[in-house]
Order: sequence, then C-alpha cells, then structure tokens
Amino acid sequence: MATKGKDAQSPLTDPQAQTESTAALLRELVAHLRQNRTQLREEWARRITRAQLLTAMTEEEIFAEATSVYDNYVEALETGTFEALQAYARNLSERIIPRGVETHEVVGIVLLLRDVLARSLFGKYHEDFDKLNRILDAYEPAANRIANTVAVGFVQERERIIRQQQEAIRELSTPVLQVRERLLILPIIGVIDPQRARQLTEQLLRAIRTNRAKVVVIDITGVAAMDSNVANHLVQTVEASRLLGATVIVTGLSPEIAQTLVTIGVDLSEMATVGDLQGGIEEAERLLGYKVLPLEEVTPKA
Amino acid sequence: MEVPILKQGHYLIASIQSALTDADLSHLREALIERVGRFRARGVIVDVTALDVMDSFAVRTLRDIAHMARLRGAETVIVGIQPEVAFAMVQLGLTLKGVSTALDLEEGLAFLNMQTQVRIERGGPGRIDRG
Amino acid sequence: MADALLIPITADVDVVTARQRGRDLAAEAGFSSGDQTVIAAAISEIARNILMYAKRGEIALSLVANGDRQGVVVVARDQGPGIRDVPRALQDGYSTSGGLGLGLPGARRLMDDFEVVSDAGKGTTVTMKKWRRMNA
Repeated sequence: MATKGKDAQSPLTDPQAQTESTAALLRELVAHLRQNRTQLREEWARRITRAQLLTAMTEEEIFAEATSVYDNYVEALETGTFEALQAYARNLSERIIPRGVETHEVVGIVLLLRDVLARSLFGKYHEDFDKLNRILDAYEPAANRIANTVAVGFVQERERIIRQQQEAIRELSTPVLQVRERLLILPIIGVIDPQRARQLTEQLLRAIRTNRAKVVVIDITGVAAMDSNVANHLVQTVEASRLLGATVIVTGLSPEIAQTLVTIGVDLSEMATVGDLQGGIEEAERLLGYKVLPLEEVTPKA
Repeated sequence: MEVPILKQGHYLIASIQSALTDADLSHLREALIERVGRFRARGVIVDVTALDVMDSFAVRTLRDIAHMARLRGAETVIVGIQPEVAFAMVQLGLTLKGVSTALDLEEGLAFLNMQTQVRIERGGPGRIDRG
Repeated sequence: MADALLIPITADVDVVTARQRGRDLAAEAGFSSGDQTVIAAAISEIARNILMYAKRGEIALSLVANGDRQGVVVVARDQGPGIRDVPRALQDGYSTSGGLGLGLPGARRLMDDFEVVSDAGKGTTVTMKKWRRMNA
C-alpha cells in the first residue's frame, strides 16, 4: 500500500504519522470530553438509572461514582496508562460488591459510558464523516481496553472476596466451643475430606492447649458419611488429644456410620462413645466431677 | 545432655530441657528407675514440653520408663506433649498406649495426687490404666 | 534444585542434627509447624535406621519446586548390608532390631513420596518427599 504513489505519504497509511495523528486525535477527544464533562456525566447517570443498573445504589451514589469513573476514564484516554484506572476499579469493586452489585451491571455501565461518549462524538463531528471515522478509530481501541480493565478488575476482586469467604466458612465449619471450664465441644457438620480432617485436628489440639481442656466431646451427628480414611483420622484425633492429656467422647454416630466402621474394621476399642450430644456432655461433666442437679434440690428450703 | 531429676515429696520430676540423643534418653531411663527405688518414689513425672519432635525411640523409652517404674511401685505421667508433636506421633502410629498423660506439670501433679489417693484408699498398690 | 545439605550420620548426635536441619529447611520453605514436626520425625526414623543397620551413612536435604508445589527432599544413603526384602521391611511391625518396627513404615506414613532402593551387600538409599502448595 505504501507504494501506491500519491497516497504513500498520507497520514492514514504511514504508521509513524498514523501514531502521531492518533495521539493528536485522542488529545482532541479528551479536550472535548473535558469541555462537556457536566452534561455527558449527567446523561450517563440518567441512562444508568433508565437501564435499571446499580439498583442497589441511590441516585446520589450513582452520580458520585459516575463522576469518578468519568474522570478516571478521561485520564486513561489521555495518558494511555491504566494503572490508576485499575486501582480505582479495584477500589470501586471492593465498595460495591458487598452491596450486591453484579458483574453484568459493572460491564453494563462501562459500555453505556462508551456509547454516551460515542454519541456525543457523532454529534460533534457529524458534518465531517472522514474526521469522525478517524476519531472513532482512535477512540474505540482505548475505550474497549478501559471497559476490559474495569470488568477484569471487578471479577478479580469478586474472586478474591469469594476465596476469603471460603476460608472463613472453612474456619467456621469446625468451631471449637468451650461450654464450661475445661470442657470443649466440637460439633462437626457436613462432609469431611482428608484436608478438613487434618485442619480440624490441628485446631482442636491447639484449643485443648489454650483452654487447658480435660474433656472434649466430638459430635458427629451432622456428618453424613464416613469412609475408612476419615474414620482413621477421627481415631488419630482421639489419640492425639489423649497425648495432650484430654479425654475425648464421640457422640452422634449414626447407625449407618456405626455399621460402616464395623464393616471396614476400624479399631474403635480405645474410643469412648455416647449416643447423643446431651449424653456426651453429661458424661463429660461426670468425668470433670460436676454433678448437675435441678435448682430446687440446691436452693436451701426457706 | 543430662536431664535434671528433682525429688519432690514422693514424686520424681524429670524435666527435659533440650533435644535428646538416644544415649541421653537411655541414660534418663536408667537414672529414673534407679532413683524410684532409692527414694521409694510413688510417682514419676517426665516433662517433655521442650521436645519439638518425638520419634519411635523416644516414645519407646518413655513407655519403658512407665512400665519399669510401675514394676517398682511408681505411677508415671508424661506431661507437656506439644500439639504438633502429638499429631506427628499419631501419624507415625505412636500412641503411648497404657501410659498416662497430662497437659502440664500442674496437671501431672494433680493426676498423681489423685492416683496415689485412690491407691491408699484401696489399701495397697493397684494398677490404674488410663486410655 | 539448590545444593543439597549433607549431614554425615555416624553417631546418635547426628540423628538430632539431621532432624533439626530438616526442620529448619522446612520452616524456610514455608511449611506449617505441624508439617515441620512431621518432616523432622521422619528424618529421625530413617537416620536411626542408618545407625542401626549400616553403622554409617549420610542424609542429604534439599528443596524442589514442581509447578505450584514446593517440596522438601530427604535422601538417606548408606553402604550397609542392604535390605533383602524391601516390601516386607515396609510392613508395620517388621523389625530385626527389637525396636517398635516403625522406622521405614512410620517414615513412609509421614511423607508424601517414599522410595527405597536397596542392593543386598551394597547398601540402601531411601528417598522421601513432603509437598506443600505454594500461595495456599
């Protein structure tokens, strides 16, 4: 193409000149966006509301965020660097994710802004179709990159929050409770895999030490199934607790699990078991030397 | 590394201060058993709080101490096993079966007091197994 | 792989040194204190095996990375009499030294990978690894 005679030096076909003209076009574009900031920002906020995006936020909040996004957007267009925008997108996501804002809403508002700005460019350059085309050629790749940056930032932040919550749930799913001095209860609910069994044991052993526990009741009423691996882990947990000086009582073995354990031949001879959690706590209190009496037997008669 | 053995009333307390070699452990076993006889001890406490690992030799030595002391009329309690150490022990298959354990020195003393009390009440030496 | 740390095993004090170095290396590589203890216990078992059956040998400690995992590698070498029946030596309760018979099978239970190569009359090499997920 460059050898096509008179067009050879045209700004559109010479890569060097084209880059320069792209920069010049972007400068012109940025100036336009700055000049019409108030009006374009309002138009954008209006369209966000009309499209029923960000419904979890008030109109004032939408307007405030729209202003920040707009300014960051223009800045990214101007400088061609995305770090500031990226940081802002992450920060924005952190604030709006807990309020239930969805991925499609974030992508939606950025695309709306792209459209609002594109329309304003149509309005400004509609008489010079050639110029409009060149402006759009400069604008579109940058706008797409911005939309991409914001969307990716949002999704990454969402994933980070999900990972954090999973961690918290895992911690929560093995709560070691102190019901009275020297007595711990560990109710296990759900599915136990080797990793969780391991974590659970480590947590329990640490709790025995910090709470100076003498008796631990492990309640497995909420455990649906148990294979030989998990059963052996349970036996190990009981043995390790004893090495620290604590007695373990296991409660809530379902008939199915009891049958499984006997069938696969897990050695439970060393394990104290009691039918249900209440019975387990009573047994634990007996071991600790407590005696639970109804109040009228304790209160001296008047 | 010599393990200091303190005599306190009817009890002997061996508190391990640092990592021990197999020879150190064997020496501890001999010293304790000799002293159980010499001081007519009723109880032995081995404090292993300072041990950051216990392998089969250490566990076997502790078990031997408990069994030999019992034959000579003293009850043994191992105190201060760390959570990580306990977990590694059970994975190795080392559970100190038939040997009493307690959280720390204070608990160990309370346990021995209770055990000797029971023995005196029952009138004579008895075997009390835990776990 | 980084250079291996070599610890000669000729006396029972070397068993203590080997397991302490192993714990330090595992700590450096970011293993939890529970795993550090497990690695130290496994090293203790195989180092003692060297002393009991071959009188002398060495333990090499190193770190490896494999994708998103990092591992501690423990290699125990001796020129002792070798193990005639390796599968049997890995069974629980098998021991020719009057011990608890937990040396090899115990160490194997503690580690993730475990391999024994033995030539009767020429010696034994035990290679064992413990893995840790990185950024986990």
